[in-house]
Amino acid sequence: MRSLILAAATRVVFPLLLLFSVFLLFRGHNEPGGGFVGGLVAATAYALLALTGGVAAARRVLPARPEVLIGTGLLAALASGLVGLAAGRPFMTGLWGDVSLPVVGKPGTPVLFDAGVYLTVLGVVLLILLTLQEEDEA
Amino acid sequence: MNTLLVLPLLVPLATAAATILLARSPRAVRTASFAGAAASLGAAVALLGATRDGTILVTQAGAWEAPFGISLVADRFAAAMVLVAALLLAAVVVSSIRGLDGARERAGYHPLLHVLSMGVSGAFLTGDLFNLYVWFEVMLMSSFVLVSLGGERAQLQGALKYVVLNLVSSALFLAGAGLLYGSIGTLNMAGAAVALRELPAQGLPSVVASLFLLAFGIKAAAFPLFFWLPASYHTPPMPVAALFAGLLTKVGVYALVRVLTLVFVRDTAFTGPLLLAVAALTMVTGVLGAMAQGDVRKVLSFHIVSQIGYMLMGLGLGTRLALAGTVFYVLHHIVVKANLFLVAGAMRRAGGSFSLEKLGSLLARSPLLAAAFLVPAVSLAGLPPLSGFWAKYLLVRAGLEAGNGTIVAVALAVSLLTLFSMTKIWNEAFWKPAPAGAGAAPAPLSAAERASLLGPVLVLGAITVAIGLGAGVLYRFADAAAAQLLDPELYVRAVLGARGGGT
Repeated sequence: MRSLILAAATRVVFPLLLLFSVFLLFRGHNEPGGGFVGGLVAATAYALLALTGGVAAARRVLPARPEVLIGTGLLAALASGLVGLAAGRPFMTGLWGDVSLPVVGKPGTPVLFDAGVYLTVLGVVLLILLTLQEEDEA
Repeated sequence: MNTLLVLPLLVPLATAAATILLARSPRAVRTASFAGAAASLGAAVALLGATRDGTILVTQAGAWEAPFGISLVADRFAAAMVLVAALLLAAVVVSSIRGLDGARERAGYHPLLHVLSMGVSGAFLTGDLFNLYVWFEVMLMSSFVLVSLGGERAQLQGALKYVVLNLVSSALFLAGAGLLYGSIGTLNMAGAAVALRELPAQGLPSVVASLFLLAFGIKAAAFPLFFWLPASYHTPPMPVAALFAGLLTKVGVYALVRVLTLVFVRDTAFTGPLLLAVAALTMVTGVLGAMAQGDVRKVLSFHIVSQIGYMLMGLGLGTRLALAGTVFYVLHHIVVKANLFLVAGAMRRAGGSFSLEKLGSLLARSPLLAAAFLVPAVSLAGLPPLSGFWAKYLLVRAGLEAGNGTIVAVALAVSLLTLFSMTKIWNEAFWKPAPAGAGAAPAPLSAAERASLLGPVLVLGAITVAIGLGAGVLYRFADAAAAQLLDPELYVRAVLGARGGGT
């Protein structure tokens, strides 16, 4: 069943949701938010697209296959832990840069870790949703 | 030093990520998977090398001081467990090349394998009870998928029982951890060991200890909550079953050894006899269950249960010799048991079935396979000079020294019944002529199949023989590991520094 209202709304909501998810990701250090919710919100954006335009449409705008997102996310989280190790500190030690960037705030390994979580969650949720819907459409 | 401790966790994680990224090319996945397994093995060897002289390696993850952060700790026992786990992973990866169908391999088998291995290593290395829970979950999540991957009816049926009972166990573990945290305010194992000294030995610590006993007992498949194991382990492909049989229950045993020698050390009058009773019943029910089965996989599954009893026996006796026996037994058993499941996979390939009734004349068809079966089978039954004999010898001697004749009698009787079971498989599958009407024999194994299916089996068999002939080396190691386990002060001081030392 195609709903015109949902399809029209998705076009507006999709970029907003993605933007909001990035906002949640960077907000997460001091306030509620973080990679996990950010990833979920981003996944809803793509899920809406898949619901209204079909899986193919969602896959077209997805920058990479969900599997690649999961793998990259895991490696990013892993790398964030290695930074501490490379600096001669215990694994997973949080290290922060001195500069303050706009939007991101102080760059540091926890941001990298959270970005990894974001990608992994996005990848996992999309992998499940798109696979299920593909089976349904077939 | 710091790095050595995290490598057994990082290598599998990196391998899992790499195998996900390479998923489009099965060849690349296999190469990455094997390279990762080899690297894990290297890391584990290095870790054991660093702990052999009795050093307890400690790192505080994220530089949060113990007892507030998560400590990773490796003593002799933990390092040895990490090593056999890595060894097994490598054997399973090789054996999966031919022992597994392409569909399963494409569905994410290799990443799951490495995540499982990360969970197992994490459980061995963590020095924090809640973190142990998390590693259990990592391990269970991936094993849930591995056991049901393929989606056959029998598999899903087995997976359901496996999942439900393991979730119950996790819930009990969590409840125990919650109670403990509520009363002493820390879940760092060393911190908890120190804090519990202030409390009376009975009462709350005994309650929490019983909860842990129950939770880990389910994971270890001890009596009376073992029935999930024979109901599920025969369903996945044999490489997966081998990994499960070798590692998962032993993580439960390891956790029991860890908490009962480190955290709950004072009420041994309560835990000791309880463990011995559980051990005896586990041995007996497991071996009797095995005798009634006519499927190679089920016979082997029931024997896992029965063997767990021996490991608990050493822990229940609690003397240095007994604990050395447990350490020896666990290490030997992981190699032997996984090997038997890998052999079962090869038997299926060579004989066309898992059913003892339908198998036959495998000795004539593949003498190499017969030899490969005999080594772990005889070792499992405990005949000299193979590794199982020494493991049982240590435990029996410890039992006699402790003046506990009953448990020794049970252990010896069960050993005899194990031999009977193994002889049954030998007679039915290898010795007797192939039954009439079984159809044409499957094609003989190709060279590639030999390398993939029999290669790991022969390597593990060689290790079994080596342990048996050079039992002194492993005994001295197990004895040193037991001494370390019996002196929790060493562990506490390594983790907490001088603060935890004085009592």
